[in-house]
Amino acid sequence: MSDLRTELKQSIIEQLNLEELSIEEIDNDDSLFGDGLGLDSIDALELIVLLEKDYGIKLTDPNQGKEIFISINKMAEYIESHRTK
Amino acid sequence: MSRAIYITGIGAISAQTEESIFSEKPVIYNSNIFQAISPNFKEYIPAMALRRMSKAIKMGLTAGKIALQDANVELPAAIITGTGEGCKQDTEKFLESMLAQEEELLTPTSFIQSTHNTVGGQIALNLKCTGYNLTYSQENASLESALIDAILLLKEKLSMNSVLVGGVDEISKKITSFGNLNGFLKQGKIDNLGLFSQRSRGTITSEGAFFFNLTTEYNENCYAKIKAVSNFNTDSSSVEISEKIIDFLSRNGLKLKDLDIFFLGKNGDLEQDKIYEELQISIFAESCQLAYKHLAGDFNTVSGFAIWLSCLILKKQEIPAILKLNTVSSTKPKNILIYNFSSNSNHSLILLQKP
Amino acid sequence: MNKGVAVTGMGIISALGNGVEANFKALIDARDGISFPEILITKHTHLPVGEVKISNFNLEKNLLIANDHSYTRAALLGIAAVKEAMKSSGLSEKELLSTGFISGSSVGGMDATEKYYLEYESSKSHHQFIPAQHPGFTTKKISDYHNIKGFTTTISTACSSGANAIMLGARLIKAGELDRVIVGGTDCLTKFTLNGFNSLKILSEEKCKAFDDSRNGLNLGEGAAYLVLEAEHLAKDKKIIGRVLGYGNANDAYHQTASSETGEGAYRAMKDALEVAGIAVEKIDYINAHGTATRNNDLSESNAIKQIYSSKIPDLSSTKAFTGHTLAAAGALEAVFSILSLQKNLIFPNLNFFNPMQESGLLPITELKHKSVNYVLSNSFGFGGNCTSLIFSKNE
Repeated sequence: MSDLRTELKQSIIEQLNLEELSIEEIDNDDSLFGDGLGLDSIDALELIVLLEKDYGIKLTDPNQGKEIFISINKMAEYIESHRTK
Repeated sequence: MSRAIYITGIGAISAQTEESIFSEKPVIYNSNIFQAISPNFKEYIPAMALRRMSKAIKMGLTAGKIALQDANVELPAAIITGTGEGCKQDTEKFLESMLAQEEELLTPTSFIQSTHNTVGGQIALNLKCTGYNLTYSQENASLESALIDAILLLKEKLSMNSVLVGGVDEISKKITSFGNLNGFLKQGKIDNLGLFSQRSRGTITSEGAFFFNLTTEYNENCYAKIKAVSNFNTDSSSVEISEKIIDFLSRNGLKLKDLDIFFLGKNGDLEQDKIYEELQISIFAESCQLAYKHLAGDFNTVSGFAIWLSCLILKKQEIPAILKLNTVSSTKPKNILIYNFSSNSNHSLILLQKP
Repeated sequence: MNKGVAVTGMGIISALGNGVEANFKALIDARDGISFPEILITKHTHLPVGEVKISNFNLEKNLLIANDHSYTRAALLGIAAVKEAMKSSGLSEKELLSTGFISGSSVGGMDATEKYYLEYESSKSHHQFIPAQHPGFTTKKISDYHNIKGFTTTISTACSSGANAIMLGARLIKAGELDRVIVGGTDCLTKFTLNGFNSLKILSEEKCKAFDDSRNGLNLGEGAAYLVLEAEHLAKDKKIIGRVLGYGNANDAYHQTASSETGEGAYRAMKDALEVAGIAVEKIDYINAHGTATRNNDLSESNAIKQIYSSKIPDLSSTKAFTGHTLAAAGALEAVFSILSLQKNLIFPNLNFFNPMQESGLLPITELKHKSVNYVLSNSFGFGGNCTSLIFSKNE
């Protein structure tokens, strides 16, 4: 269990007002959108800012998010290889 | 022949409850800004939707759903909302982030929800209502504007049988507190029930949502008939206002003596209340006079609180003593006139009748 | 037969210029008003906008209120446009006392709020702007300036506000509730809206390309436009410049900001407007589309239009590339353009269009086109799923 994944879950809960969820309830492979966590397109825009703010990753095309915000694991992998801070 | 319009469902969230007022145990506040009493919003709104909603959205959506449930309506044909100051909490949030972060790294949620028609849009989204949907923001005549549109709509379209109409305004930390800077709010020690005895400038404020289901079909659960709603602009004297009121009544086939209850928008501001006081001792001297802003505070859509109370008074045929400004009683209240204005010169009249 | 409600005057100020003539000239010259922000003080100077290049000071000077510092920019733009509308309709001061005023605004005096918000607590010097943030304040500044005393209200349904104001005015006249009403909308550029749309990632860094396959967002704009609507007994001795024949409003009930892919709300609004107008769909000679040039709007709007028109789609263009998206004023600006189209028998081009969208293949008019125009349909859609369509006709 990497710290990055836990850290991501914590920020997602805070940033997206998911206070009813705990870190333990989110599985690393749970899909974030649709049937999994049930996030929507507004959340996707929040996550784009989160990437930039916390990890210095700037997405130019919001559509890129679709391939990154699949699950906590996918997000973490993307951050590990692209982070600038 | 114009069709009669009835209120068949009501939903209200404010600093008081039906219980607190009709059992004569009003909630007492010792501050010039006080919050509405929240119901359990989770009973009305799915958790995933609730998580980013500000108080105005929660209150508006919940009060709307309560009114529809009360009227036994699943899907209204139209949703019309009034809000004087809109979604201040989200506006404030986005504005403060924008200023603090100097236009960098902003997230969109609060911007999206800062729009004035957020509540109306969210009700539509929640109910999947694709019908007519409008939002008015005309200071203290916002809810009245919405009512005027609703009445027009029901008269235009004979097929239309249910319009959800309501008003909502919320408190936000900073923007509401600006009322302390520009004289809107009273300073010093305050007790809401003592609002009219303080004889000072300013008022007290709060928040709330008041929704009503309007229809042209009478049924035995009807609370009231909406006879007419009118907004007018004037900076003039109580004499001219009296003329306007008498004219409004006569256009609706009523004389002053037919009025059982005169519901006043007095807000405790020494200057502003002068006009009401002149009316109290002149044309309305013989009527039962009621006030409500000492209970729910003064804000742009608070006249919805008076409509809600009027609906309950007409149904219960009972007038809580805590509302009374004079000793004239009304044993079988039938005609109620709600009059409200504020220093910005929007005056409004709402005439309700026992169905 | 539905004669519609008479339009007897109009006024406009936009990035294309101050007044109907200046706007018309730019439209026929295919000259856009898009530039970079100069009057709006913002960090995002690289984002193109449709800015009215007249400072508040000069607007105040033109309106002879240079010493009264309680006007926000949206109010100043509104006052200028109402002034022209009143003049072109020939309204007297006495007539204004019973004239109604319905104005659309989305952010009202936010320009003042964002300037003074942080100093309200420490300094009293701008406290007159504390209530300015709320749309009703802007409406009141405009109606007070012109001493308009009839029924007054403000509609705030984001980007469809101006169109909804026109709809309400027409309905009130039809119902006999009002004899005369000035209707329209006003919004100015603010840091609040520029940053808001930027955070939604729907602002283009280029000039916007409505209905183009490579469109990548909108340009924000500012402006104000108003029409004078009059009941038949008042309008009959006047020059009637057009008529509001139909209107429809519906909600997409799909998403807080995005439109449904099928354009359900847009479809319903257009259908209702046609029904009120009482004309067949084929009668529409020109559609002035909402066409903001966001990926989402243009797709949704094309689908809705295709649903209305199973065979031939009428001539269509978005004029947003001329003015930018002026939010609450957009529907009103485009009402003026629609009436100009009827008056001059012209269809204004959809600028910056190169390749049709793959999904719809819709081909807007790209060069000024002369043809007989009798009926124009104008769309305005906003946040919260708000969709409004208006139909204008000649006075015949």
